[in-house]
Amino acid sequence: MSVALNGVPTKEELKRVTPPEEVLAKKPVVMVECFQNIPCDPCAANCPFGAILPFADINDLPLVDYEKCTGCGICIASCPGLAIFVLDMNYSAREALIKVPYEMMPLPKKGQMVSGLDRQGCKVAEVMVQKVTRTKNKTSIISIVVPKELAQIIRNIRVEDAVNGR
Amino acid sequence: MKEYDIIVVGGGPAGLAAATTAAKCNANILLVDDGLQLGGQLIKQTHKFFGSTEQFAGIRGIDIAHNFIDEISHLSNIEILTQSTATGFFEDGVLTILEGYNGNRLSKVKPRRLIIATGASENMLSFINNDLPGVYGAGAVQTLMNVYGVIPGRAVLMVGAGNIGLIVSYQLLQAGIEVKAIVEALPCIGGYWVHASKIRRLGIPIYTRCTLKEVKGKEEVESVTICNIDDKFNFIPGSERELSVDTICLAVGLSPLAELLWQAGCEMAYIPELCGYVAKRDENMKTSLDHIYIAGDVAGIEEASSAMVEGQIAGLNAAASLGLYHEKYRELNLAFHRQLLQLRHNEVSESITRGIKKATL
Ligand SMILES: Cc1cc2nc3c(=O)[nH]c(=O)nc-3n(C[C@H](O)[C@H](O)[C@H](O)COP(=O)(O)OP(=O)(O)OC[C@H]3O[C@@H](n4cnc5c(N)ncnc54)[C@H](O)[C@@H]3O)c2cc1C
Ligand code: SF4
Ligand code: SF4
Repeated sequence: MSVALNGVPTKEELKRVTPPEEVLAKKPVVMVECFQNIPCDPCAANCPFGAILPFADINDLPLVDYEKCTGCGICIASCPGLAIFVLDMNYSAREALIKVPYEMMPLPKKGQMVSGLDRQGCKVAEVMVQKVTRTKNKTSIISIVVPKELAQIIRNIRVEDAVNGR
Repeated sequence: MKEYDIIVVGGGPAGLAAATTAAKCNANILLVDDGLQLGGQLIKQTHKFFGSTEQFAGIRGIDIAHNFIDEISHLSNIEILTQSTATGFFEDGVLTILEGYNGNRLSKVKPRRLIIATGASENMLSFINNDLPGVYGAGAVQTLMNVYGVIPGRAVLMVGAGNIGLIVSYQLLQAGIEVKAIVEALPCIGGYWVHASKIRRLGIPIYTRCTLKEVKGKEEVESVTICNIDDKFNFIPGSERELSVDTICLAVGLSPLAELLWQAGCEMAYIPELCGYVAKRDENMKTSLDHIYIAGDVAGIEEASSAMVEGQIAGLNAAASLGLYHEKYRELNLAFHRQLLQLRHNEVSESITRGIKKATL
């Protein structure tokens, strides 16, 4: 299986877009899970630090200059593919902070426990919402605290909705 | 009979771009659309668009439509006729239009140039019980949900993993509707992988080499049997699975809505890469008839981004053919053609480029 066959990237595919260990050890940075040459460039156009290198061709894959990336997360909401995440491996001794894009209702609240989902939508842990950032283009950015060993696994959340029963 | 420099039929991205561009060349324009409001497919698109940032990428379709509508309200030389269907274009140069909700008023108008930007219609699939209530095209599902705020059902099987199938699945999930699975007959996901990944992260399976075999139900859809298929698209016995759903959503492709062009007598060609019969055209979107131009999905199923650029090209050149040259005609025309080339410079667009070559006069 591969991202082309079922939408879930393989380990090998992910390796190509994972920031280097030494960068992750140093500071929060972006991880861009975009694998296909498609006519799309908002990520590069919206990074205020030029960390996603300008595209020579609109169909280029995004390339990150991790030196320049501050982990600010501005690019997250610009991406129509919801393919961009920020990882901060130094949140605490045992936890990492992940920023994920989110477009479902209801939004979680700060401090709320939600389900942490892997790339197939399976629940792998209960995680804590550290921050909810609403943006102008309506894609919210949810910062979640996850165990370090799940930082490369968790890529989405599910908010149990007591009112609507889902 | 009222006369216009240019009449644009279809108020989607292609028609809107054509009308605004031609208006800036000082042409007087009538824009006709059969919808309740302008925007075509755009008003149903609540997701952020791809494309280049120059061409609205990262903006939601509905907001692109609003930008256009706002721009048009400042252009006094565009008249707008919504809830109106253009029904025929005749030898004497008369375009007939059925106006009003019930189409009960016939009017006749005369354009010096006609730009056809009627978009596309959805394809149907043949299977047992495909006429049961609960079987929808993806476009209908989107209109119900995103324009009228009505959910089509509670549990859905999506047929087709192209961009439309993937995006409409995502929008169904956003509306709180369960999507049981997406089935795709081809061995690969046809839509953008980022869309597929975002649906997978919500826990929805995508089955490739799989299709729907039969829908069951008395008065309405109650369940569906899906089945794997082999290389020759034959069902593989024993691989059937039954899913309990009340809605089947078909996203199995679009065909250019070219009736007006046939009727007007344009030279037509069947081009599989462009998804059906299209009018042959020159590089400035002029058909075999000097007074008729085309733009958007009716010229070949593609994207809103390219539809808008084709609309700009058609609008600019239709006006120029009347002697109404934009002050920056050459620069703009070059820039539009360059943008189209850029948009199509990728693997996904290879077949479109091939098709366009065949369709060029
Ligand atoms: C689910 C979905 C997601 C999409 N996502 C993207 C995306 O992310 N990026 C992108 O670039 N593109 C996207 N597209 C494609 C894009 O919407 C279409 O390619 C684009 O809308 C085509 O524009 P158009 O103006 O040619 O046709 P349309 O938008 O279909 O407009 C045609 C208009 O003409 C009207 N009309 C037709 N016949 C007549 C008549 N006889 N008289 C009067 N009016 C008539 C129609 O009612 C309609 O309003 C998506 C499409 C769908 C369905
Ligand atoms: S996280 Fe901030 S600095 Fe890093 S790529 Fe995104 S926008 Fe640029
Ligand atoms: S904006 Fe998102 S989908 Fe588009 S190229 Fe950048 S990462 Fe890929």
